[in-house]
Amino acid sequence: MQHFEPNDWKKYIITFLVTGALFLSAFWVSNYFTGRKIDQVKIAEDKISLDLMSSEIQFSLLQEMSCKDVSTNALSSELNSLAEKISYSESNIGTENSNVVSLKKYYSILEIKDYLLMKRITERCGQKSVFVLYFYDNDTCADCTKQGYVLTSLKEKYPALRVYSFDYNLDLSAIKAMISIYNVPDKMPALVINGKVYSGFQSIETVEKNFPQLKTLKKKEIPESKETTKKSA
Amino acid sequence: MYHADNLELASYPSVTVTVPCFNEENTIDKTVKSLLALDYPKDKLTIFLVDDGSTDTTWQKIKEFESHPNIKIFHKENGGKHTALNIGLVHAVSEFVGCLDADSFVHPQALKRIMKTFESYPKTMAIAPSIIVYNPKNILQTAQKIEYDMAVYTKKMLGFMGGIHVTPGPFSIFRKKVFDDLGPYRKAHNTEDQEIALRMQEHGYKIDHCPDAYVYTVAPNSVLKLYRQRIRWIYGFIKNLIDYRRLIFKKKYGTIALFTLPSGFISILGAIFLFGTVIYNIGSYASRKFVQIQTVGIEGTPSFHFDWFFVNTQAALFFSVILYILVIVSVVLGRRMAEGRAGFSLTIFYFIIIYSIIAPFWLLRAIYNAIRSHESSWTFERQSATEAK
Repeated sequence: MQHFEPNDWKKYIITFLVTGALFLSAFWVSNYFTGRKIDQVKIAEDKISLDLMSSEIQFSLLQEMSCKDVSTNALSSELNSLAEKISYSESNIGTENSNVVSLKKYYSILEIKDYLLMKRITERCGQKSVFVLYFYDNDTCADCTKQGYVLTSLKEKYPALRVYSFDYNLDLSAIKAMISIYNVPDKMPALVINGKVYSGFQSIETVEKNFPQLKTLKKKEIPESKETTKKSA
Repeated sequence: MYHADNLELASYPSVTVTVPCFNEENTIDKTVKSLLALDYPKDKLTIFLVDDGSTDTTWQKIKEFESHPNIKIFHKENGGKHTALNIGLVHAVSEFVGCLDADSFVHPQALKRIMKTFESYPKTMAIAPSIIVYNPKNILQTAQKIEYDMAVYTKKMLGFMGGIHVTPGPFSIFRKKVFDDLGPYRKAHNTEDQEIALRMQEHGYKIDHCPDAYVYTVAPNSVLKLYRQRIRWIYGFIKNLIDYRRLIFKKKYGTIALFTLPSGFISILGAIFLFGTVIYNIGSYASRKFVQIQTVGIEGTPSFHFDWFFVNTQAALFFSVILYILVIVSVVLGRRMAEGRAGFSLTIFYFIIIYSIIAPFWLLRAIYNAIRSHESSWTFERQSATEAK
């Protein structure tokens, strides 16, 4: 038996500190970028909120204005790009992350405000429009991914179709109110199309068949950037 | 750290080097000649050539050296590498013993530099050399050259910390006392060079590394041969780790127990985890695409617009970046130690890319074999390598 040399703890501690510093810096850099992303979403939400308020004021002034002066399209594309970012944040930062949850709640409220405003504008100005409220569930709904693809595809085809997606389980009183007003069942996916409730997966063909007025909406003429409907990955 | 060209030792202890051979007709000649060319007093160096029941002309080749005063030859039934090495131990009467795989060649100064290290550190009981890939001819061998260069650096670091866990077959030299005290080589799942190192560590026998004792080895030239070699290595590591689990986290045994063995195990799991993650991501992307096409058909040309928001910034990504940087730094330092060449070479990416793709397969197979306790045969690997030559 040889003599065991005593451990050189100083060497171990230095090694540990260097390794620890490397790992911590990886966490720090990651946190930094995550923070920047959340800020970016927040800024976008604030901008949309401002735009919505402006539209509401525009609408209040409508009596003195012509309907064609009310802008309705720009906002919806901004909401869609935000949906993509929130969905990405959910899968990368976590659905339970409090920042992500609060961004999502804010987003849902903006959607509801946009929905109410657009509904009033279309009624007042006699525009043709189809509104889809889409309720999904991140955890147990196998068909929600498919439903998301269907709605994205429909929206591509009919840019005037307005789709609003809501997480059925999000703890937000405004969403709960919508669920109770429209009697949305807890079987996901669920759609409320122009006030009519559909439960379970609806294919493109079914939606087009049930809503012939979709065909009267202006179809997409030139290819434009693709927008994704929010459902969670 | 490096020895002068005109190195002289206070005394030249006697050394026996055993060369175990199984079907090595193509390389044995060169191996023996490199040993004969060693800059070391001829009366102090004995070479044992042990034919482990070769089925080719190895024995005839060995016999050509029979008359050489420094060389003794042995022929035996095939019994595995450890049995060939043990023949050498039985007949050796020198103070130091060593081994040299028959597909490797030594640098003329290698032995002198190792013996100088023994002279400088009387407590050191075994010394591992720096292994360099000999004359890489294809991308795979170049990738292995990078890996071996990196190992020169990591081995020096482990030697510095006293945590070397393998005294490799190509030209590790031991004080004969090691085997007198601890017994001969064992089969040890066909990785006897790992087992003896662990046995030495268990008994407090110091193992060091001599960075400028160069040994050149022929690296497998095909993916299949490399795959088989690595299954044997990793399988051996896992089985020896299980056999020597009593060492793990016992502070008495130092770095081997606190760092080398645990980190080896974690590296295997880490590589598999990484591979699993990549496969999972590819699979889930493919299944999402499949569902999408099934549901809405193939849509028109998708648009690509870059938004940094969608760049992955999870911590795991930065860990990977740090790890890759550390690998590159280790390779650069290792190249400087092994070849005196500093600097960055794009061939580093051969290593990173090729190993990232194929290493998980041999890791998984080695783990599978370890669970099933399915031995990977050294002789089989040698045989198939010879057949393919």
